[in-house]
Amino acid sequence: MAEAAPPQTLTTADGRPLKAALLAAQSRAKRRAFLLVLPLLFFVLLTFLIPIGYMLKRSFEHDGFAASAPALVAWFQGNADFDPANPPEEAFAALVQDLARMQEEKTTGIAGTRINYSVPGTISLFKKGAREAKGLTAPFKESLLALDAEWGKPALWRGMASASHVYTAEFYKVAADMKLTDDGWQRGADNERIYLYLFFKTFLVSALITVICLLLAFPVAHLLATLPMAKSSLLMILVLLPFWTSLLVRTTAWISLLQEQGIVNDLLVGLGLVGDDGRLTMMYNMTGTIVAMTHVLLPFMILPLYSVMRVIPPSYARAARSLGATSWTTFRRVYLPQTLPGIAAGSLLVFILAVGYYITPALVGGADGQLISNLIAENMRRSNWSLAAAVAGMLLAAILLLYWLYDRLVGIDRLKFG
Amino acid sequence: MALPTYADPLERAWYYTYRTICVLIFLFLIAPILVVIPLSFNVEPYFTFTEKMLTLDPEGYSLRWYDALLTLGHPAPETARDATWWAAAWERATWVQAAKNSFWVGLWATILATTLGTIAALGLSRPEMPYRRLIMALLISPMIVPIIIIAVGMSFFFARACVAPDSVMGLLLGWALSEKGCLANSHLGVIVAHAVLGIPFVIITVTATLSGFDQSLIRAAQSLGANPRITFFKVIMPLILPGVISGALFAFVTSFDEVVAVLFIAGPDQQTIPRQMFNGIREAISPAILAVATILVVISTALLASVEMLRRRSDRLRGVTGR
Repeated sequence: MAEAAPPQTLTTADGRPLKAALLAAQSRAKRRAFLLVLPLLFFVLLTFLIPIGYMLKRSFEHDGFAASAPALVAWFQGNADFDPANPPEEAFAALVQDLARMQEEKTTGIAGTRINYSVPGTISLFKKGAREAKGLTAPFKESLLALDAEWGKPALWRGMASASHVYTAEFYKVAADMKLTDDGWQRGADNERIYLYLFFKTFLVSALITVICLLLAFPVAHLLATLPMAKSSLLMILVLLPFWTSLLVRTTAWISLLQEQGIVNDLLVGLGLVGDDGRLTMMYNMTGTIVAMTHVLLPFMILPLYSVMRVIPPSYARAARSLGATSWTTFRRVYLPQTLPGIAAGSLLVFILAVGYYITPALVGGADGQLISNLIAENMRRSNWSLAAAVAGMLLAAILLLYWLYDRLVGIDRLKFG
Repeated sequence: MALPTYADPLERAWYYTYRTICVLIFLFLIAPILVVIPLSFNVEPYFTFTEKMLTLDPEGYSLRWYDALLTLGHPAPETARDATWWAAAWERATWVQAAKNSFWVGLWATILATTLGTIAALGLSRPEMPYRRLIMALLISPMIVPIIIIAVGMSFFFARACVAPDSVMGLLLGWALSEKGCLANSHLGVIVAHAVLGIPFVIITVTATLSGFDQSLIRAAQSLGANPRITFFKVIMPLILPGVISGALFAFVTSFDEVVAVLFIAGPDQQTIPRQMFNGIREAISPAILAVATILVVISTALLASVEMLRRRSDRLRGVTGR
């Protein structure tokens, strides 16, 4: 009886099992491909990811008070459940000691700024307290309260207790329009909700701009997709030229067109449509922001729509017509559904870009046309760094969500220009 | 899409309405750009057409705002225009300095973004690339994340990203860093910031070119004895060059037009054209800005023409017909 043949493994010429050799070759190829990307990944890590991570860290971290008031921090640690409405004498003693120290080390500003985030108006209180701290005598509670009754405010003590921790979610609370009151954190009154209101407004305006862009882009993209190649290439230049022109040039152009003494108003007055004293205000308000941003973002809608429409076979529409559909039904039931990928791609891209827009609102928005990015810049200008970082963190979360959606629905490798 | 002969009057009416709408939208796109050109020759300091301009009276036009670009910041603008005057304008005029800064920053940012981006795109378009989608998403994200967030992050981080002037890094890079040896307020800081912003464009254009690239050409070259360097320069590069150049042009334009990062991380020595324009529009708006705008429109038209030419060439090389 013949013995069963030993299981035959395929081997390469040098005798290694083929499977192992293939695996090794594959992982080598993987490593090689990855090595090519590595330098860029390292560069992006260093100049993009780390700065943004650092910003997010700043939105949770502030040691301005914790570092400059060690006595009070120590007292808070030992008495976590003190009554903020009536802090005892030791707490005031620690506070006066720290105030004197701040005056010596010139850290009053930093400490006051930190408390100022949650309890507005405290910087001047701290400055005054620190100046006088040396001369105060026991009992410190009475003498400090005699200096300024504000020192007894429960909200202030809550704020100081919270600021004695280096890491805090306080800045996000402020960015969500919460207020530190004598009874703890509470939602602000309706007319004080500036941040959430501006977020809401930004999303609303971006949605409006997206819709306007879609309405303007659709006919143009359709025309470009159905014209003969030579003609459409020529017209395409009219779309691509704005795309390539400096944003500041386009903003300047809109100012010259839309301002009160601008070309559009001159034209309207010249035609007698409006009186010289009834010139329209189309600049330095929301109208200016919307018009200029629509112009800037329109190519981002036209290009994806065009690339989808170009490959829709015209025979489908002809077939629908020959089967008796009216032109409106043909458009609604046959053509429009086929353009949906382009509509999704363009709309999401325009919306994402609009939500984060800064320059155009800053230059033509006036007081009324500002968006959330401008508020971040404004907080940076006023050195409210932690708050700016927190608002930026919230905006980033919203954008990443939209980006993820874009990748799921459209796929980032579909992004193209021209 | 010509009108068929059997079209009824309603369709006929719709056809012409549709055409009119399209013309109006094209007008909306292009008119603002065209309008700055004649306005920049205005003799008056206004942002609108004067009566003399409308009647095409030569007296309504002048080059004074172009002249203003040379005289602003000039130490002796009224003296005779001899060699010393031009030398002073080259060295001191505010807009000329801004143009020089913009050019150098843009050039270095482009070199950095294009080199790193092209090499990475080669890796990304290999079928074996692990985590391709995730890495793509990361590398495209500088285009998606709002520039204000990037700028805020950089302004925090670059102020801390410092090297001691007497360390190895300090000696190596000190010339491009600020006086304190930091990335903030330095040319290098602006260059790397702009390079990051240009990378998505390089990645997108080069991977698009590589999508039609036949990977077996690489194997063919290698089997014929070419080493990786020769394969790259003799086989890959000539085929993807059009994509690389248009990516580079995109990166350059991105840098040349970028103002937010500059506002947040640059110091007074890194005055660029967009920054100068931004400040000009915010403070005292003068038609000198329109003159700059006109020059920029001419430049962008030239760049657009080159990119279009390159794309057609690339399509031809890759055998893509039609567009």
